[in-house]
Amino acid sequence: MTYQEKKSIVSLISSLLIFAAYCLYRYPQYPEGALDSKEMVHYWGSFVLVLTLVSIAAHIVISIIFNIVFRMTTGEKEPAFADELDKRIDLLAFRNSFAVFVVGFLLAMGSLVIDRPLKVMFIVLIVSGFLSDVTGSLSRLYHYRRGV
Amino acid sequence: MGKALVGNHIRKLRFNRNEMTQQQLADKVGVTRQTIVALEKGNYSPSLELAFRIALAFNLPLEEVFFYGENSEEG
Repeated sequence: MTYQEKKSIVSLISSLLIFAAYCLYRYPQYPEGALDSKEMVHYWGSFVLVLTLVSIAAHIVISIIFNIVFRMTTGEKEPAFADELDKRIDLLAFRNSFAVFVVGFLLAMGSLVIDRPLKVMFIVLIVSGFLSDVTGSLSRLYHYRRGV
Repeated sequence: MGKALVGNHIRKLRFNRNEMTQQQLADKVGVTRQTIVALEKGNYSPSLELAFRIALAFNLPLEEVFFYGENSEEG
């Protein structure tokens, strides 16, 4: 298995773990009984903001650890640059990831149109963000294994 | 994703050039080894620029390194 394939798998697993761990951590803090209140909007706002920052930081740390482990186990250095194949696969992964997020965004807006609680809109939005991240990693893995 | 329509003789040419490694060829043409692997497996059609750089690395005209369609690699 090549560096890029391993990296895609590590990215996929870390996304799943970060999201699951963060949701488990934040779930008990949900302001019960505060239906569509200011407190609830504040909760969801901080949920999204902190999740974004935590994800970025965790991905950077995991990527550094992965590179160190890769060097130690294979004796090879990781590729120092992205060539035309990497860029093309990145574009395809971004396209798929973006498409998933747009569908999720439209569903989230749809939930407001059919008078669902604000909570539903935020949950759909957060889940679509997570799924778009997973789709990006899966697309990368697929194209590195099967070609473009 | 199907096989690329642009085939090549890169593997054969590497072995005819003192068993040049994939990494050596990759360094020569400015891509990663993964890209050479994908090209040899027929999983990727290179850009015109990369195709020319690979042909130049072997000192051969483009059509002796790459072919279009079902022409299978012999040898």
